[in-house]
Amino acid sequence: MPGGMAMAYVFEFTWILQYAPVLLKGIAVTIALTAVGAGAGLALATLCAWIRTQGPRWLRVPVVAYVELIRNTPFLIQLFFIFFGLPSAGLRLGEMQAAMLAMVVNLGAYGAEIIRAGIEATPRGQVEAGLSLAMSRLQVFRHVVLGPAMRRIWPALSSQVVIVMLGSSVVSQIAAEDLTFAANFIQSRNFRSFEVYFVVILLYLALAVILRQALRLAGERLFSRGRAQ
Amino acid sequence: MIEFSTWDILRNLLLAARWTVLLSAVAFLGGGLAGLLVLVMRTARRPLPRRFALGFIELFQGTPLLMQLFLAFFALSLVGINMPPWLAAGLALVLWTAAFLAEIWRGCVEAIPRGQWEASASLGMGYLEQMRHVILPQALRIAVPPTVGFSVQVVKGTALTSIIGFVELSKAGTMITNATFQPFTVYALVALLYFVLCWPLSVASRFLERRLNAPHRHH
Amino acid sequence: MPLIAITDVRKRFGANEVLKGIDLDVAAGEVCAIIGRSGSGKSTLLRCVNGLETIDGGSILVAGTHVSSEDQQLRALRLKVGMIFQQFNLFPHLTAGRNVMLSPMVVRKMPVGEAEDLARRMLDRVGLGQKFDAYPDQLSGGQQQRVAIARALAMQPLALLCDEITSALDPELVNEVLAVVGELAADGMTLMMVTHEMRFARQVCDRVVFMHQGRIHEIGPPDELFSAPRTPELRQFLGSTAH
Repeated sequence: MPGGMAMAYVFEFTWILQYAPVLLKGIAVTIALTAVGAGAGLALATLCAWIRTQGPRWLRVPVVAYVELIRNTPFLIQLFFIFFGLPSAGLRLGEMQAAMLAMVVNLGAYGAEIIRAGIEATPRGQVEAGLSLAMSRLQVFRHVVLGPAMRRIWPALSSQVVIVMLGSSVVSQIAAEDLTFAANFIQSRNFRSFEVYFVVILLYLALAVILRQALRLAGERLFSRGRAQ
Repeated sequence: MIEFSTWDILRNLLLAARWTVLLSAVAFLGGGLAGLLVLVMRTARRPLPRRFALGFIELFQGTPLLMQLFLAFFALSLVGINMPPWLAAGLALVLWTAAFLAEIWRGCVEAIPRGQWEASASLGMGYLEQMRHVILPQALRIAVPPTVGFSVQVVKGTALTSIIGFVELSKAGTMITNATFQPFTVYALVALLYFVLCWPLSVASRFLERRLNAPHRHH
Repeated sequence: MPLIAITDVRKRFGANEVLKGIDLDVAAGEVCAIIGRSGSGKSTLLRCVNGLETIDGGSILVAGTHVSSEDQQLRALRLKVGMIFQQFNLFPHLTAGRNVMLSPMVVRKMPVGEAEDLARRMLDRVGLGQKFDAYPDQLSGGQQQRVAIARALAMQPLALLCDEITSALDPELVNEVLAVVGELAADGMTLMMVTHEMRFARQVCDRVVFMHQGRIHEIGPPDELFSAPRTPELRQFLGSTAH
């Protein structure tokens, strides 16, 4: 039987324990990248969403261009452009800095679209009520529009953060030492490729599940009723 | 070192972009068919196919595409098959696309009001007849914009296949960079080509969505 | 033998028992109105008869067939009993004519030409012959509900279940729908209808069922029930709905 060879292959997972520190470090880097990407990315996204919906007109065109450009090109190429391309324009970044910048820029663009949709779903009466109470446009945005909008789009935003976390696995390609980098490193040491990637893919799955739950809980806390913004 | 003009770079990138287009088309069509199968299992009444579909979707949506590519590449070489990069790339992308499309389409099926199921059931239709004549025609209409939108993700997803050695637009970019030492220009051009492929799809998706939400939808 | 025989039917949603042992026989050609407060279980009872809800106890027989949750049997049952819904539930992607034609064609395998003739006759019967090619969103609520009635009639059911079919209509559209139902009743169709239209129930129905907290609280001919309610609950209910 041609499959005989395959049957002879013995799966062996225990040796992986000796690489636990490498994997843990990779997990830490992936989490750190995601945290920075999510935090700064959402701030950037909110700013862009504000500009697109009510900001100064001359700023809208560059913001639209940024959002469209990022959403219609692969993250890998954005990363390569920042890490390999920008130095020739005079901006030299370390691999971690480049990875973080790429993630912030990426989530900023996706988040901007999501938040904008949330803002545009605001009933007109809400804004009018705010304005009629003598609030400024910015105050209305900050106190009346933003909270309910974020609450509306929190699920979409959460999935985007998970997508960005999973997408961060390509930062291994510029030698940022994330979880995928750890997998490649271990694989190059002992060539049990299948087992390594199998274990690491499960680690990612666990990370995704935990992150999703954490964001859901955060959403419940942030937007629970009867709590001032 | 060979001298590359910007035109030389662009021409080589364009040639490589054909493979990006081909791989995207294969992934999208194959993923669409497989996704339909997953969708039927996901919405089935029996728990076994439903649980299988759920696990499939969770696995492919909850893990990095890059890892899936690695695993596809190494899993089969383990069985003694020498996996060419294009096959691993195609296989992983098809499964990944299937998981996402199945989930998008499930949302569309579930957006059809319960009354439509009840009315067709009370007219004596069976599950497949309900699906075929009442639910899918309506679900399909609302599924078009997000499906076109997801095709953008597929095109961008093909970039990762460069990492397992499939020579398409991104890999060509890296190779040309290594030959010309002009990363800024090359990666800007690569990005531009991806943009040219993806942006029309994004615009089409938004246009279709707006048309869907306009009144008098059936004309 | 009654056309619809409901015996000791029980239904619960979680811990909440909505039907607490219902016994009711509906004879062929009888028009039976079910009234009661929202939450009294009247819609649930109707949905059980059509198998849209599965029952937790008791039995329902329609023309000798048991209502079960088994697929094949359920479909056989639904060929005998049509249902009209509060929200019309027309298929929005099909014209009025196609709505009526669909089920005869896919379930009864009727050829297109024949189905079209049938659909035209049915739409004529509800006074909408000229709306054959209109889509549901081009029709008023009253017209949509009449198409829904034509659609159910096209399956030539032995009985029709009407679940608050005028509740979603603007007041001025209620009468056109009730007129159609009145004609059906006069033609001898068996009807079980959950309704809030007390005057209509009084004029058209042979029997009125008052449901209260999951049980049949009072039952009898409309004149008796409406003129001389025996229980304080019915008296209060009628008082609160009097125009």
